[in-house]
Amino acid sequence: MTFDPHESGSVRLLGNARRGFAGTVHALKGGNAESSLSAAELESRLIELGFVEGAHVEVLHEGLIGRDPIAVRVENITVAVRRREAMAVVVI
Amino acid sequence: MEAALYNIVLVGTPNSGKTSLFNALTGSRQKVANYPGVTVERKQGFFVTPRGRQVSLIDLPGTYSLRGRSPDEEITRDVVLGRAKGETLPELVLCVADATNLRLAIRLVLEMKHTGRPMVLALNMFDIAKRRGVTVDVPALSAALGIPVVTSIAVRKGGTDELLQLTDTIAAKSAEAARENDWRPHSVAELRATQREADRIIKETVSLPARPDTWTARVDSVVLHPVFGLAILATILFVMFQAVFAWAQPVMELIAGGFELLGQWVQATLPAGLLQSFIQNGVISGVGSVIVFLPQIIIIFLFILLLEDFGYMARAAFLMDRIMGGAGLHGRAFIPLLSSFACAIPGIMATRVIDNRRDRLTTILIAPLMTCSARIPVYTLIISAFIPAKQVWGWINLQGLVMFGLYVVGITSAMAVSALIKFFMWRDDAPAPFMLELPDYKLPRLRSIAIGIYTRAMMFLQRAGTTIFAMMVLIWFLASFPQPPVGATDPGIDYSLAAIIGRFIEPVLAPLGFNWQIAVALIPGMAAREVAVAALGTVYSIEGGKEAAEQIGQVLATKWSLATALSLLAWYIFAPQCASTLAVIKRETGGWRWMWITFFYMLALAYAASLITYNIARSFGAG
Repeated sequence: MTFDPHESGSVRLLGNARRGFAGTVHALKGGNAESSLSAAELESRLIELGFVEGAHVEVLHEGLIGRDPIAVRVENITVAVRRREAMAVVVI
Repeated sequence: MEAALYNIVLVGTPNSGKTSLFNALTGSRQKVANYPGVTVERKQGFFVTPRGRQVSLIDLPGTYSLRGRSPDEEITRDVVLGRAKGETLPELVLCVADATNLRLAIRLVLEMKHTGRPMVLALNMFDIAKRRGVTVDVPALSAALGIPVVTSIAVRKGGTDELLQLTDTIAAKSAEAARENDWRPHSVAELRATQREADRIIKETVSLPARPDTWTARVDSVVLHPVFGLAILATILFVMFQAVFAWAQPVMELIAGGFELLGQWVQATLPAGLLQSFIQNGVISGVGSVIVFLPQIIIIFLFILLLEDFGYMARAAFLMDRIMGGAGLHGRAFIPLLSSFACAIPGIMATRVIDNRRDRLTTILIAPLMTCSARIPVYTLIISAFIPAKQVWGWINLQGLVMFGLYVVGITSAMAVSALIKFFMWRDDAPAPFMLELPDYKLPRLRSIAIGIYTRAMMFLQRAGTTIFAMMVLIWFLASFPQPPVGATDPGIDYSLAAIIGRFIEPVLAPLGFNWQIAVALIPGMAAREVAVAALGTVYSIEGGKEAAEQIGQVLATKWSLATALSLLAWYIFAPQCASTLAVIKRETGGWRWMWITFFYMLALAYAASLITYNIARSFGAG
């Protein structure tokens, strides 16, 4: 099951968000990311780092090459993820 | 009544201050070993409670859940569940949480409750939390979690008193508190549900300040800046390598002077003969020439420990992820590779933080190419003998610059090897994910830095006292026997076993510009790289008498051409000259295969690099 990021104007994928973006986690869609992890494993790891629905997120920093990876504030901690994996996080 | 040892294990998320709490409770009463069959470090410490109960405390690797995705996390799970070989089921699980960051820790506590083990939650770094305006309703949190909760300040005297008293209370109640274990790996839905539950509990019992840690945010805005951040990282590394060369110099001269005096004293006290030669040339000049490098090793560990404690290492991984990704490496490989600058052994062991086997193997294969501290003696000796100590562009020491260059060559070739491995073996696979918490910055604690440096310095001195000493005795023996015939005119060593062995190998190494003395030194150098320097010291001091031992660098400058010196430097960038590293590779990869691959690829690189360097240098007239 994939998610169409264009179905709503305000809904998008964290993997596409630019520095300065702030919002909340809407859903986790492990299948959205072309990760080497299975969808379930990727979702598990994201939850263990605090990405659950409703959590406040903000993109604080971007890497030099391809603006990747990104440093994301998730509630009160900062997590570094690659954009590839961040595609699994649907944000509003 | 004689009380049995009470077993407590320490569990917590990474960066929860687990290790500082462990140090605070146990002080120096620590035992570091490995779990049987795996190379996960097992840290056990001991302490006595106020009521006199003897406690064994085990510091488990940090984890976000009990699912066990890496060897480290599997150990944590197995020990908590009493499944680990040779471990008793813990009587108490001590969960540690960073009081400023409770979300993930509370989720872990809720998951751990399923194991049925009696548990205590310690809210660590409570002082920092208070200062930031975090308030915790401790009784309410304890009621919500159904376990005792205490606050602790690991880094302050008396900061663990409450925890110690609670331990006594719980231990007195015996094992009745234990319940059935109904833990099983959580599904995605269960993980989500426990995180929601944790968030609900936090909302009811913890009030967070409106503003987060502004200091960390401010530092990060510079340190994680795509351009300035990388410039800062490069500067830190550059200063580190300059420091290793420049700051250590006065202390090293002091140590060298001390050994020289000792040698002179031995020469003056003992009658001339074999015993004098053994003590002066074999023991003092051999072991002394290695111990001289202790200041440099302390400096490099000081930098690494400081950066780790400060919280910078995770930032470095963030900055380097894509750059290393270009070479087929994982961002997390940065930490093991940086540790490899101190020594490849802890570096290779640190690769277990990489959960993907493919990425882990690549990192292990290239870790020995990072210039470890054992190469410093070799580099320093040759550089100080052949490179003039002048200033370039006014402020850069040329010797330091050459040193930096050697490090750069090591790093570049590691990246190239990694890229080749990826290209030939794992071209089509998607890269493993990079997900890493960037902890808040913390001021490094003097005490934990001191404990860290102390244990590393002792390890080095122990090596100097055992492996290196044994090798030096062997070298001295080979260089001294058989004794020269009566009336011989050449130096005594020319008649020795060392000369015979050296001349036997010499033809293979001659194209690299190595003479037989170097060939002799390279053999014991297999045990540990730095022994090569000591071996050269012994070979040349036996050859040249007392004066040579004092100024080995000057002797080399007259005996070797610049091309030979550069060729030996090139050799040492690549040569797999360290038996312990190879042994660790075998253990970590679970077989001989990767060890031999490492050995032969590095040997081939070393030979090729030396051959090229020697011939280029000669064509420029340095032969």
